[in-house]
Amino acid sequence: AASKLLVYQKKLYHIDDHVGISIAALAFDGRLLSKFMRVECLNAKFAYATQLPISRLVASVGSKLHGPTMVYGGRPYGVGLLVAGYDETGPYIYQTCPSANFYDCKAMAIGSRSQSGRTYLERSLEQFPDSTLEELIVHGLKALNDTLPSETELSTKNCSIGIVGKDHPFKILEDDDVAPYLDSMNRDIADQAAGHEEEEAMVAQEGARSEERF
Amino acid sequence: MSFFPGEFADFRPSEGLSGLFGAVEKASFARAVDGRQRSKQPVVTGTSVLGLRYRDGVILAADTLGSYGSLARYRTLSRMLKIGDETIVGASGDYADFQYLKDIIDRKVLHDNLVNDGHTFHPTAVFSWLTRVLYNRRTKLDPLWNVYVVGGVRDGKSFLGYVDQVGVGYEAASVATGYGAYIAQPLLRDAFEKKPDMSEEEARQAIDKCMRVLFYRDARSLNRFEIGIITNEGRAVIEEPKSTETSWEIGHMVKGYD
Repeated sequence: AASKLLVYQKKLYHIDDHVGISIAALAFDGRLLSKFMRVECLNAKFAYATQLPISRLVASVGSKLHGPTMVYGGRPYGVGLLVAGYDETGPYIYQTCPSANFYDCKAMAIGSRSQSGRTYLERSLEQFPDSTLEELIVHGLKALNDTLPSETELSTKNCSIGIVGKDHPFKILEDDDVAPYLDSMNRDIADQAAGHEEEEAMVAQEGARSEERF
Repeated sequence: MSFFPGEFADFRPSEGLSGLFGAVEKASFARAVDGRQRSKQPVVTGTSVLGLRYRDGVILAADTLGSYGSLARYRTLSRMLKIGDETIVGASGDYADFQYLKDIIDRKVLHDNLVNDGHTFHPTAVFSWLTRVLYNRRTKLDPLWNVYVVGGVRDGKSFLGYVDQVGVGYEAASVATGYGAYIAQPLLRDAFEKKPDMSEEEARQAIDKCMRVLFYRDARSLNRFEIGIITNEGRAVIEEPKSTETSWEIGHMVKGYD
């Protein structure tokens, strides 16, 4: 486990007004890629006065990732990215891998222990298209919550949120700005737990009643 | 090796070939410095290009003449380029430089079609890109000797821009290059100021009038021109070449005309 002396490492990078990324694994490789992506976006703005389409940005990242996989003595970029962006053709989430493969996702969780996050997202997938922004953020936090080891809890100290969308330039929420969403998440979890208790009580009653009948 | 601009390095034609190479030295279109050549003057040129915004879109006009100095050499040249369904670019100045950029633009459009991700080379992007390219070339003292008019429509909003060989780019409701800037621009501005939301018919009439006056007055013009039109629905069309009616009745006032 990391030392208590360390400040929690921020994993979100602002790339351009319409795109941001989060990284998993080798942080410095992620930093290098974020610098590359920023330059690509700036070049597009300078030459074409336009926001670089997300699919094209990710494709160029893929090409960059691929180089080292074909060179003797080199190593791949040891980082996976989640790219969140919005362009004229809509919102996107892309996942990139050290293999240089990239995937267009409806929702995704990456990193160690991320399987529980993916499971949560898969289960809630149907709800996302009709969710409000706040509901989506709470879903994300819940998914994140599921990935934590038992001693840890999500708090304003170890959690950041990145949001991007139509008329909504990429913004990173950190520290106290995260608090209202964590509160919503906790309330939700409490409500669900209460709901489950009621259900269990009802099921127990049903069970008890049916036993009585017999 | 000579480092003075304008001098050929180490090149001495033999006596027998002096006629041939003498012609190159005298009438060279480029100066060789360190083996690289830079444009000194345009060769085959196009004259004015006009552009006008109207209520439902943008209209461009350019004649189909490529002048070789004072010779009206190529009379069926198209100086307009359609880029996708949203943009038309008209070029004046050196025709070879226009062809060079046309090639590059066509490849960009092809690339977009092949990638097929819903993103197109739209009018403001074309305008910005042209400005950057032309500015870059001028900074290298090797300009693309053109003035471009970029017209287009995107998401229902019309766009009209001007880019010249120096890399100056600006947007306006009416633009004109070459002699058009002196003769047609006042007429176009007048038409626009009187009625900014003019109909397509009124816009065509304004353009026609300008092309007629230009044919009367610009000695390097031709009474055969193309109209390019982009409507707000986003359909760009370069129409078949046409002419305007002209009247030379004034000739009767000239002694010795009949």
